[in-house]
Amino acid sequence: MLKDITLGQYFPGNSVIHRLDPRTKLMMTVLYIVALFVAGGWLSYGLMLVFLLSCIRISRIPLKSIVRGMKPLVIIVIFTGVLNLFYTDGGKVVLRLWSLAITTEGLKRAVFMVGRILMLVSGTFLLTYTTSPISLTDGLESLMGPLKKLRVPVHELSMMMCIALRFIPTLIEETDKIMSAQKARGADFETGSILQRAKALIPVLVPLFVSAFRRADELATAMECRCYQGGDGRTKMKLLRYHRNDLAALGIGACLAAGTAVLTAFGL
Amino acid sequence: MEPILEVRDISYVYSAGTPFEHRALENVSFSLGRGEFVGVIGHTGSGKSTLMQQLNGLLKPTSGQVLLDGTDIWSDKKLTRQARFRVGLVFQYPEYQLFEETVYQDIAFGPKNMGLDEKEVDRRVRGAAELVGITDDQLKASPFDLSGGQKRRAAIAGVMAMEPEVLILDEPTAGLDPVGRKEILDQISEYRVRRNAAVVMVSHSMEDVARLTDRLLVLCGSRLVMDGPPAEVFTHAEELVEMGLSIPYVTQVFLRLRHMGLDVPNVYTLSQAEEALMALKGGTLHA
Repeated sequence: MLKDITLGQYFPGNSVIHRLDPRTKLMMTVLYIVALFVAGGWLSYGLMLVFLLSCIRISRIPLKSIVRGMKPLVIIVIFTGVLNLFYTDGGKVVLRLWSLAITTEGLKRAVFMVGRILMLVSGTFLLTYTTSPISLTDGLESLMGPLKKLRVPVHELSMMMCIALRFIPTLIEETDKIMSAQKARGADFETGSILQRAKALIPVLVPLFVSAFRRADELATAMECRCYQGGDGRTKMKLLRYHRNDLAALGIGACLAAGTAVLTAFGL
Repeated sequence: MEPILEVRDISYVYSAGTPFEHRALENVSFSLGRGEFVGVIGHTGSGKSTLMQQLNGLLKPTSGQVLLDGTDIWSDKKLTRQARFRVGLVFQYPEYQLFEETVYQDIAFGPKNMGLDEKEVDRRVRGAAELVGITDDQLKASPFDLSGGQKRRAAIAGVMAMEPEVLILDEPTAGLDPVGRKEILDQISEYRVRRNAAVVMVSHSMEDVARLTDRLLVLCGSRLVMDGPPAEVFTHAEELVEMGLSIPYVTQVFLRLRHMGLDVPNVYTLSQAEEALMALKGGTLHA
């Protein structure tokens, strides 16, 4: 049950997109998001959609798993769609329901906003689906490198993120185990009011926190035993290097952002 | 012996219908008599822990039935919950499930969930604590202040306090020192005698299961491959070794003695070995 969480899960693979430098993918994602917010017409939206679908295709990630990952968003998407549908003025009135009117402009806005959310989420899913957590944090650390001059603890932040990501599956497994153990003693997580159910979680949360602290302690000791000193003078086993593919990808990303900007400027 | 728990042809598949599908149990059947002490041995990943969770209704078998006193525990929601109380399950490293402010409250968690009145809860908590050797002072202490061995015993008492008719333990002595091991095993035997309960114990120690149990179940590759008294199971020494298991050291010594031409029987506990050697000695003296 808990193991079915797919949000931000990494799908191992060997496609062109998988092999790109994580920094390239991060920058591409930023460009993609910028382009998505710049886009304002049917044609520019179409261009973004074509780009997204071809990226998904190239990455060989099954469309099904991307759709499955978006399930938790259903409510937000419906909410956005309905709000935009009814509360946009301008254009011809298509349908009138009591005092509410659906206009052509409203229809357009609703479609664009829903499309934007869906494309935003699936685009960022593509990043986490094709990049392992380790290389993602590596890429972030390298991209944020210049911030070190402003005394931002970049290495420490990325190490923390790396450890957090590493321990998510461990903690999920642990939660499952503790829940089973308490169920064996008659704990009931499935029935009762919300308050009762929240209370029923105490026997799970306390041992979970205790074990998380214990693990943290053990990990800290293990790191100290290996003379971990923080980022200063630390070298990498896997050096990040840009290849020709990365340049090409970044070029495509820049073209995409520029293209949508030009199309929008012409009102397309 | 009157059967209390009956497992009929159960199979269990993890994550059915996904690429991660994994068969953890295949067509396992056996029945458990009241008061019986059964050991379960098997290599890591042979399905032992999965099987244990089928017995008290934590996992629902993909196919097959688990009968408690003749009724299927999955036939009714109430029965499934009842099964959790009548079949007590102690997980591996149970001390990691302690959560209450005092040891007393933690042991009382199970009995309270059963809906018993305060007096009965108190009787059961004190009974279980006394059985595993937890003093009154320790009952008032925080479970996190106890030593490792005491935590383990407090956690086991938490299941014993439900007074289950079947007590299942998944490697109850893992990670304990020899004195702690012996104490816990003795307390489990004591519980069985007092309550005439059936005990199922998963263990990697062939010495322990040989000494304590009446019957051994051997799991290998999700299947139940042997079911019989230890004396009989340990005669299949070679097969057991092939499955990544072993036989008690004393059995190994006696097998070697036989190979060397001495007329000794198959033994699997130290006391049997002693008897056999005495008989041998006596025999040669009389000859």
